[in-house]
Amino acid sequence: MSRRKTERLLNLVICLLATRRPLSAEQIRQAVPGYDRDGDEAFQRMFERDKNELREIGIPIDVVRDPWEDEPGYRIERQSYELPEITLEADEAAVLGLAAQVWQRASLAEAASGALLKLRAGGVATDPAGGGALELRVDTRDPAFPALWDAVRDRRVVRFDYRSAGSENVRTRTVEPWGVVSRRGRWYLAGFDRDRDAPRAFRLSRIIGQVAAVGRPGVVEVPPGVDVREMIGFPEEPMEERVATLRVRQGAGEGLRQLASVTRAGGGGWDEVELGFSDPERLAGWIASMGSDVELLDPPDAREAVIRRLKGALA
Amino acid sequence: MSGSADRLPRLLALVPYLMSHPGAQVGEVAEVFGLSEKQLIDDLQLVWMCGLPGHTPGDLIDVSWDGGEIVIDNADTIARPLRLGIDEASALLVALRMLGAMPEFAEVPGDALPRVVAKLERAAGEGAAAVSSQVAVDVDAAPDALPRVRDALNRKRRLSLRYYVPGRDEVTPREVDPTRVMVVDGRTYMEGWCYRAEAMRLFRLDRVVGVDVLDVPADPPADAEPIDVTQGVFRPSPTDELVELEVSAAGRWVAEYYPVEGVTELGEGRLRIALRARDEDWVLKLALRLGDTGRVVAPEAMAERVREEAERALALYAHRS
Repeated sequence: MSRRKTERLLNLVICLLATRRPLSAEQIRQAVPGYDRDGDEAFQRMFERDKNELREIGIPIDVVRDPWEDEPGYRIERQSYELPEITLEADEAAVLGLAAQVWQRASLAEAASGALLKLRAGGVATDPAGGGALELRVDTRDPAFPALWDAVRDRRVVRFDYRSAGSENVRTRTVEPWGVVSRRGRWYLAGFDRDRDAPRAFRLSRIIGQVAAVGRPGVVEVPPGVDVREMIGFPEEPMEERVATLRVRQGAGEGLRQLASVTRAGGGGWDEVELGFSDPERLAGWIASMGSDVELLDPPDAREAVIRRLKGALA
Repeated sequence: MSGSADRLPRLLALVPYLMSHPGAQVGEVAEVFGLSEKQLIDDLQLVWMCGLPGHTPGDLIDVSWDGGEIVIDNADTIARPLRLGIDEASALLVALRMLGAMPEFAEVPGDALPRVVAKLERAAGEGAAAVSSQVAVDVDAAPDALPRVRDALNRKRRLSLRYYVPGRDEVTPREVDPTRVMVVDGRTYMEGWCYRAEAMRLFRLDRVVGVDVLDVPADPPADAEPIDVTQGVFRPSPTDELVELEVSAAGRWVAEYYPVEGVTELGEGRLRIALRARDEDWVLKLALRLGDTGRVVAPEAMAERVREEAERALALYAHRS
């Protein structure tokens, strides 16, 4: 933005804030330096662009249509422009300082520091250093995150290519976004999948390419009672219904021993261990990773799954 | 906020800042706004050209910075900052709600947290409250070890840890002087000086198998540098060995789960993944776990080690199948 334009916009903001009654475009043209030299059409275009730019940075411009006038009038209402008076107690400032340093990536980190700067400009004592011995960080590393944040904020339908877990196929999904949730370092989108005609959750890391906004803002309605966190579920903690018996080399398999329900000393440098599990494939992956330190004895389906993996690693 | 596109929002914050901090120093204000002193003075010169319609000297904003002390006058129209935008308020509110889910903050006396949330919601428009309830960061339940770690931090005591290292599948005893507790992406970590490694280390608290507070004052070396987690908790060292894997669609989780150096699509959902490995045992375990859904492509010696270990393990099963 050129210096002249910044000057013009600042003068425009001051002019629209200072006026008691709405000003017509022509009155604004007379009052604000920088508009005066151009022809009618050039001025109209410039004024339209300037209004849009002010709205983009969050300045509310009222358009007042008086039935007795041909032209609409413009002004900025002080009450909707100004940051309300806020004071923060010391403990509140400390908590806010902690919250402001949470975000790790550009978009939200800048939004948080911009908010803090406005509060400081308004005379609020903030505590930018944060809380000393405690630190909080959240990373929004997925490239899809900024577009989904915008879509949730603007209540806009999105479309993206998505590869389901372990699937070879990429499908295009059209989703009404209800929310985004971070759980254990991963971001998920919860929403209504228009193709499946059902609520679904998506992992952001499995979105391929760009997230496109579809249609108009304000379309998406989050149904009452929807809990986006609940929709993500707890896929990593199924019930342990079955019991496996394993042989573990003495001095090895520490992690497994920590979770074992029963451990018996066996002969020849081996211990026998019992372990609860639910998914034989998950268990087999873990046991295979321990190689020749562990043998899964029972049940047979899990044992076969280990053998299959080991043969696969051999190939 | 030093780019020219951000200049107008910056000026609209700068003027109120100067009004509410009369006599502020050029250097101090430049730092608050992330500007050089030269940039700040350029901003002040621009502000000085602006003012009420009419633009007679009496209408213009009056700014001076004699002797480095900034005095501003005649800027009542923009004396208050612009209210918080939806993104600005939401970024803070989502973070505050995350704090609210943490047990440490449930215990803060006087409810500072809900008070701040209420004040911010009032300072922003309606939209912000709605967005911030749709974006959530879950925090894992506080690990059992946390109360003792915090106790040691508060009383500046050394800790005796039994710490599980999954890459080596070992529980190792360590003495650690704790320096910080960090919650990163919902998981709780302790930073401290580890006497076993003789270095600053991060410990994931859910991997602490046992912890005792020792009756020894914590005494980390004065020159111990805090660990920079701004680029993630696990940052492979560039000196770690580069390993290449090929995985099928069923093995793509590897690229989602671990920090990778590079990923190439090979078609039909297959991927070639390059990553830096802290130690060979970790790669071995990963390759065995993947089974037929992935294999080590390079280095060849690593691929050979995987085959040897798979063979040894299969021998266990052979004598009883």
